Amino acid sequence: MKTLKYISLLLITVLTFSSCSSNGDDETTKVEENPMEDFFLLKELNYEGHSVELYSENKTQFEIGYTPIYIRIKDKVTENYVENANITWKPMMHMEAMQHSAPSSKVMATDDPSIYKGYIVFQMPGNTTEYWDITFNYTLNGEAISKTERIDVVSPSDGFKRVNTFMGNDDTRYVLAYVDPVAPEVTLNDMTAVLHKMETMMEFPVVENYTIEIDPRMPGMGNHTSPNNEDLTYSTQTSMYNGKLSLSMTGYWKINMKLLNQDGEVLKGEDVTEDNPESSLYFEIEF
Amino acid sequence: MKTYSNRLAMSMLSQKIIVFFCLVCLSGTVLQAQEKQIDSLGLLPVYLDEVLLIGHVKELKYQTGQKPLATLDEYLEGAQKVNMIKRGAYAWEPSLNNMTSERLVVTIDGMQIFGACTDKMDPVTSYVDVSNLKEAQIQSSQQGAVLGNTIGGGINLTLHKNKFENNGLTATVENAYESNNNLRVIGADVGFEGERFYANGDIMYRKADNYYAGGGEEVEFSQYEKYNVSLNTGYKVEEGKRLLATLIYDEAKDVGYPALPMDVSLARGIISSISWEQDTFLGVLTNWETKGYYNYIKHVMDDTQRPDVAIHMDMPGWSETVGFYSQANYTNSNHFVTIKADGYYNRSYAEMTMYPNNPNEENMFMLTWPDVRTLNTGLYLEDLISLNNKQSLLLSTRFGVHRNTVADDFGFNSLKIFYPEIERTNNRLLKSFSAQYKKDIHAFTVSVGGGYGERAPSVSEGYGFYLFNSYDGFDYVGDPDLKTEASVEANTAVSFKKKNIELKLEANYFYLPNYIIGVVDSEFAPMTIGAQGVKIYTNLDHAQLFNTSIQTEWQPINRLVVKATASWHRGTDSEDENLPLISPLAYKTSVSYSKSGYSGTVLVNGNAAQENFNPTYGEMQTDAYTVVSATFGKRFFVAGNNLYAKAGVENIFDVNYTTFTDWNSIPRMGRNMFVTLSYSIN
Repeated sequence: MKTLKYISLLLITVLTFSSCSSNGDDETTKVEENPMEDFFLLKELNYEGHSVELYSENKTQFEIGYTPIYIRIKDKVTENYVENANITWKPMMHMEAMQHSAPSSKVMATDDPSIYKGYIVFQMPGNTTEYWDITFNYTLNGEAISKTERIDVVSPSDGFKRVNTFMGNDDTRYVLAYVDPVAPEVTLNDMTAVLHKMETMMEFPVVENYTIEIDPRMPGMGNHTSPNNEDLTYSTQTSMYNGKLSLSMTGYWKINMKLLNQDGEVLKGEDVTEDNPESSLYFEIEF
Repeated sequence: MKTYSNRLAMSMLSQKIIVFFCLVCLSGTVLQAQEKQIDSLGLLPVYLDEVLLIGHVKELKYQTGQKPLATLDEYLEGAQKVNMIKRGAYAWEPSLNNMTSERLVVTIDGMQIFGACTDKMDPVTSYVDVSNLKEAQIQSSQQGAVLGNTIGGGINLTLHKNKFENNGLTATVENAYESNNNLRVIGADVGFEGERFYANGDIMYRKADNYYAGGGEEVEFSQYEKYNVSLNTGYKVEEGKRLLATLIYDEAKDVGYPALPMDVSLARGIISSISWEQDTFLGVLTNWETKGYYNYIKHVMDDTQRPDVAIHMDMPGWSETVGFYSQANYTNSNHFVTIKADGYYNRSYAEMTMYPNNPNEENMFMLTWPDVRTLNTGLYLEDLISLNNKQSLLLSTRFGVHRNTVADDFGFNSLKIFYPEIERTNNRLLKSFSAQYKKDIHAFTVSVGGGYGERAPSVSEGYGFYLFNSYDGFDYVGDPDLKTEASVEANTAVSFKKKNIELKLEANYFYLPNYIIGVVDSEFAPMTIGAQGVKIYTNLDHAQLFNTSIQTEWQPINRLVVKATASWHRGTDSEDENLPLISPLAYKTSVSYSKSGYSGTVLVNGNAAQENFNPTYGEMQTDAYTVVSATFGKRFFVAGNNLYAKAGVENIFDVNYTTFTDWNSIPRMGRNMFVTLSYSIN
């Protein structure tokens, strides 16, 4: 009985302390937590001695458009997740007559050094004869490894356009993809997009210092536009384009855009007017 | 999205309970100091601008001129100082000194109540019926501050209450018919009066079809249907101490608004109060009255009956208010002091759901009133000083604290689109002062006065989100950072009374710093399909209003009364542009004759052409018009009880006309014949 009493006392003490400590400070209580618990496992690549896990924050499969991917490499021997893996990747679309890559970011470690993050912008879905694969290069226990895995990329179920691949007036091919807001609200949302150009079939560098003008409209509401939008401008910090997207009500919105280069020349897109209800460059959202 | 209303209703209920307890505690502490009870307002008739008897058929029987079962709107329109803005045949909006809802304080028996419609389709006067009421007390400018913070004045609709007299059971049945819009009115009233207890219940039902303008043109969507049930009881605890309770349930359905793009499928009001009255209190104070009240308004706009709507919308709104007031008088040889403490807490919430024509698209939803909570508490002091037999001075002041909070996150975030730095809560101190001097000089009475008052922006002015105004075709957006609007007012009146003739000349002038009105902001695009643009509620530097009138009454022979009034008004903003909805030269004359149960009245009224109008606010010039009406009444005795019959013709010559008060210039009713029968059993 006495031991039980002590144990329960101890338990209470532990509980009290752990509940007092703020979430960020106390690493010991987090040890057993799976940091990827709230993420969706898109694919697990199993190899001898290790596995590679690919996660999405909010999607259950690879979809076309801007796709942030979280990566973990598990050492099956030590049961640990690998740090300093120096991951690089290369997505590839295998079409019947040709193959090409896609815009992608570097893969960087997150705050948790065993979790890596990067994004790929898939321009098109795969089908029975055409498919995507990703080649991963990384080091594990001093050994350089390269693996290529085929993945299924599908169109989003809502069918909305969140990536534009187009030829600009400067005869350059661009890929413009919607990043944020993932969960739009009736407010002045922070909006983010990524812009890459297709230098070769394999190289898609980030385009810097252009301007993306936005004009969100509700076609179902007489093409109503919302006030106080801010055009998207380039941020060297994130290598993305940031602006403000104002949404005055819920429903279906078409975000009409114009892409301007450093000199303010329009490369793609038109003004929305009475006679021209939409730009040829646009994103679609609904909430 | 649809769950918003339910969630709010729940939270409001708990809030209600909390506030009610606060109220009880507060009244407990405030009221340690008071007592005697007479109808306090009845003591100051000299300073009440106008009292309009509405009443019960019992008191109205011998009145001439008015239709006994007219709507409250029609009664108010008969008042000298009041104009009624019309968007259809129902729910007219009162305007006093050419100022409407936001600038007035309109109370029901002293209770604050606010409409739930973002488009002003439900002025508070639409939630009562004449069967509930005793009179309308109309007080100009800061004299209305006894009711609350105001700029233009106050209208208090006092409820009918029975007496503690041994009259036993009484009953009245009323019935009316009007030809023009096939209006049917049925009313019944049953009451019991005893020495210690009274109870009275009444019901009134009105149903009208579309009306026809002069010349026979049908005004589509002008129908309405309304019923009103009320109950009031009183219990005399002991001599000089009474407990009173009232409950009103008012519901209008299928109300057409020909001047607007939408109708109303439901407008429901529940108005309740409990009051404690004591003739004397603590030996020093008299007429101590304390009231706690709660009212609930639900208003549902409906466009499903309209052909050619660009997009179908649901626009329900809710307004709930809990409040209290406690007032008492102190009297000595030449002072008559009124002390009043009051407070209310209101919640205004309105939403809009739009159904896209493309069925694959999600519904579009926005909050047009983001659940704005208003807490207003005030202290009012008034001293009527009789300097001598011939002179008196009335001083009054009110201090109020007004607090607005945006309670709903969705609505708060929505407003950030326009105001990224918006704060949840906004506090204002509202002040009011006035002085009124009156002197009798032989047959003349001269009065001069002045006042200063302030008001907070209304919910729409402060927090409205894309409110479409069909008058000027703009979407209105509120501004939470609006400055407090103020009023500096001066007035003077001279009246002359001798034998059978009475003459009164009156004028008042308002200088209104920070006048709030919608100003076009071309930077913004409208939301409503077909709207012209967006107007943001803005403080103008100032606006000015001038009203003047002449009233005469002459009794050339016994039983014959001739009345004539004329008024002229002017309103301009800081750029000297005309303000909207300002009356042109208006006149009204009547000749009444009554004898042994018979009564008859011929009424002529009209306006000159509207010289000063402003197309920026959607106004079109209205032409001059003259309308003639006549009524005839007769009292019979049937089986020892009173049967009163009244009949009349309005707009005898079927003139097709519209006035400055008619929203979108919809034509007024053409020739209309009415007959009213009321039978009371004692």
